[in-house]
Amino acid sequence: MVDLSVNLCGVKLQNPIIPASGTFGFGAEMAEYYDLNVLGSISVKGTTLHPRFGNPTPRIAESEGGLLNAVGLQNPGADHVVAEELPALRRRFRQPVIGNICGFSADEYRECCRRVAPHVDLIELNISCPNVHEGGMAFGTSCEGAAGVVSAVRSVCDKPLIVKLSPNVTDIVSIARACEDAGADGLTLINTLLGMRIDIRRRTPILANTTGGLSGPAVFPVALRMIYQVRRACHLPIVGCGGVQNAEQVIEMMMAGATAVQVGSENLRNPFACKEIVEQLPEIMNELKINKLTDIIGITE
Amino acid sequence: MPLFSVTENQPVASAVWRMVLQGDVPALRAGSFVEVAVPGCYLRRPFSVSTASAGTFSIIYKIVGKGTDLMTHFAPGQSVDVLVGLGNGFDAARAHGRALIVGGGLGVAPLCQLAKDLHALRVPTTFVGGFNTAADIFCEEEFRILCDESLVYTLDGSAGRKGLVTACFDELDFDYFFACGPLPMLKAVAAATPKPGQLSLEARMGCGYGVCMGCSIETNRGPMRVCKEGPVFEKEVLPW
Repeated sequence: MVDLSVNLCGVKLQNPIIPASGTFGFGAEMAEYYDLNVLGSISVKGTTLHPRFGNPTPRIAESEGGLLNAVGLQNPGADHVVAEELPALRRRFRQPVIGNICGFSADEYRECCRRVAPHVDLIELNISCPNVHEGGMAFGTSCEGAAGVVSAVRSVCDKPLIVKLSPNVTDIVSIARACEDAGADGLTLINTLLGMRIDIRRRTPILANTTGGLSGPAVFPVALRMIYQVRRACHLPIVGCGGVQNAEQVIEMMMAGATAVQVGSENLRNPFACKEIVEQLPEIMNELKINKLTDIIGITE
Repeated sequence: MPLFSVTENQPVASAVWRMVLQGDVPALRAGSFVEVAVPGCYLRRPFSVSTASAGTFSIIYKIVGKGTDLMTHFAPGQSVDVLVGLGNGFDAARAHGRALIVGGGLGVAPLCQLAKDLHALRVPTTFVGGFNTAADIFCEEEFRILCDESLVYTLDGSAGRKGLVTACFDELDFDYFFACGPLPMLKAVAAATPKPGQLSLEARMGCGYGVCMGCSIETNRGPMRVCKEGPVFEKEVLPW
């Protein structure tokens, strides 16, 4: 019997598979497809202090090996999430829940975290959303910006604090270190890569927002490389995220240094993706003679 | 994944194809949609259900890009991964008095099953279909059989009456309407009549089951997802 469990910042997960924020809502829609309790955890839809409609449509553009999105953090706001969405999720899901929060100023991040943190098991701080025009990624592309938000939130966050970093930077290692120094407990690597598509018949961008975040299988090697680099330069546990489609890639990400692995875009084309990956894991572990998943975290030199 | 078998896949108009699939499925609702996985494309393709009965359903699709082009190569007997029963669909039972069903272009597709449902409910129904040109027309015969009255418009006058579907609203007697077609047509229909009705919207979607927020619209009752709360909306919910 193989051991799939991992310990993420002091929180035990029965397995490392976590649907990524923004690809799973608050679980209600996916619960129509399967019992969510097979998952390690769920990172819920990015939440801001105030409700947001997000960007105009089209918000989605397909690409080779993935898609671009420019949803722009549509969400019903922290109070509604706390009053309605999280209690509904807790009723159907008995595993740890990750609250994903975003903001447009350090104060807003702090207030959002203060309201959400008591109702979740871990906080994922999104300082890397490329689709909002102020805030979001602006905080995640400099060491000062990242450290500033982490420090602001740290004082009101009594739950493990994971920071989701942007790959749209020159040196992700320095930003990871800045987050570690500012008091983060973990890192999620990576958010989407900023991209663009043009409708050549109309000669206009496909996305109403012009640019959007690229995700899906195309970004997997980029995510893997960043996990590997950060793992060697910083002590924080890493949640891998980016283009994972199957259990082999989960193993690959863990060997690069991930303690847990988020699955994002794949949920949008196959609602059973996370469940299937959880089910595939024991088989691939047996094949590779891995008894405990924790044995392989960062094993690749 | 839910697998279906192709039983027919043929052109029915210029660059418009009809695919019939069979599998273990209850009769799908008129106006609901399915998502077809196309090998070689990352995301699924959403299509409204055109006709449905227990164990089988059809979709009508237009070749607009790589995915729909690849779909024309699906051969009878081939297995296709399809998510079915998505969205809310038309509620035919809400029709009262005389019904009008209005379709524009490919928007005519989901009205086929609706016309059957209204026929079964014995609701007197008029069909009005708008197309760009004669070569785009499909399912005309079905509506002529199912509906009490059937009118076709083309923009260029190459078949039926020349002009827009709303041109005949003044001469028609109806109490409730159902519409599906391009957004400008839907807005024109909603503006052309004070009568209540249901409108089916189209949207570029990510997932099709409500998790990505790719197809959200603003409504009079707050943000809604075309794929989940829609694609069929009651007229008073829409802010136009």
